[in-house]
Amino acid sequence: MSVAEKYIGAKQPSKPETIYMLRLADNALILGQRLSEMCGHGPEMELDMAMTNMSLDLIGQAKLLFEHILTLEDLAPNIDVLAMTRPLEQYTNCLLVAQPNVDFAHIMLRQYLFSTMQKLQYEALLESNDITLAAIAEKSLKEIAYHIRFAKSWVLRLGDGTEESRSRMVDALDCLWRFTGEMFAQDAGLMAMVKTGLTANFTLTYKNWRLEITHILSEAGDLSPPDTARMIMGGHQGRHDENLGHILTDMQFMQLSYPGLKW
Amino acid sequence: MSNNNWHLYEVFIRSKNGLAHKHAGSVHAQDAETAILSARDLYTRRGEASSLWIIKSSDIIASDPGESGELYDPSDDKIYRHSTFYPVPDGVKNM
Repeated sequence: MSVAEKYIGAKQPSKPETIYMLRLADNALILGQRLSEMCGHGPEMELDMAMTNMSLDLIGQAKLLFEHILTLEDLAPNIDVLAMTRPLEQYTNCLLVAQPNVDFAHIMLRQYLFSTMQKLQYEALLESNDITLAAIAEKSLKEIAYHIRFAKSWVLRLGDGTEESRSRMVDALDCLWRFTGEMFAQDAGLMAMVKTGLTANFTLTYKNWRLEITHILSEAGDLSPPDTARMIMGGHQGRHDENLGHILTDMQFMQLSYPGLKW
Repeated sequence: MSNNNWHLYEVFIRSKNGLAHKHAGSVHAQDAETAILSARDLYTRRGEASSLWIIKSSDIIASDPGESGELYDPSDDKIYRHSTFYPVPDGVKNM
């Protein structure tokens, strides 16, 4: 077997548990990668650090999940190969996390929408029959609480700020809201795991989530979710828009150029 | 992008319960809440803190450097104020 054959690409997961965990891992990895693009480009040094800190939190969560996945199913020789070398359609993150860093309003709203969902998604793992997964969730929830606190404060500040900041938040909401339905979709992959006891069904809290978000948006300069938005889905099934391709070009460059690369 | 809406805050960190808060540096922020968040992000990344204090730099009352002569020099020749002049009994291990 050549080096390239060994260190490029991973087997597709066949167990329902690993399929579900890969989804969680990819969410964290891709959003972490997106945020890392802001390293050195934040509007202020303090915000630059805040975004890269969140990026590192998320990549750390992804790392724990990838490691756990490999103990359950032999998909790749190591987590770098699993995380960095799959073809695009094998990534199963939701579409929201790959949306571009248009401006600071987009970045903060994306973080707020994702982290508030992720909190519910990980709380649903605390009673999991997989104790390692439950422990990963417990550790991550502390980080997530901070992400929510940070992003929420900026959603409020920008929405209730100047005319300029409010119009940017309106644009962000128009762009991003259509990707929120997917995060709470009751698809077969999730429902199978609810049945086995790997996770509780966090999508049942969608109404509460929506109420909470709607409340915060109304406080943020009287914003409201666009009601005409058609929800766009497909990320969990590997059907992505063009954004993920751009992310992978950057993210995979080193591992694909130097297969088996070690840092 | 820095402008008049950004204020300077001083950051104090306490590393463990029982120790005193120590000055660690400063951050730019718009208000107390963002100052705390920024200070957390900048100064506690390596497990340095168990508590943070933030104070607006403009609220600090500082001594005038021009007066340092009259304020501090008089203590220079009063070495008897150090505790090194007291003989310590042999049996005492810690003072």
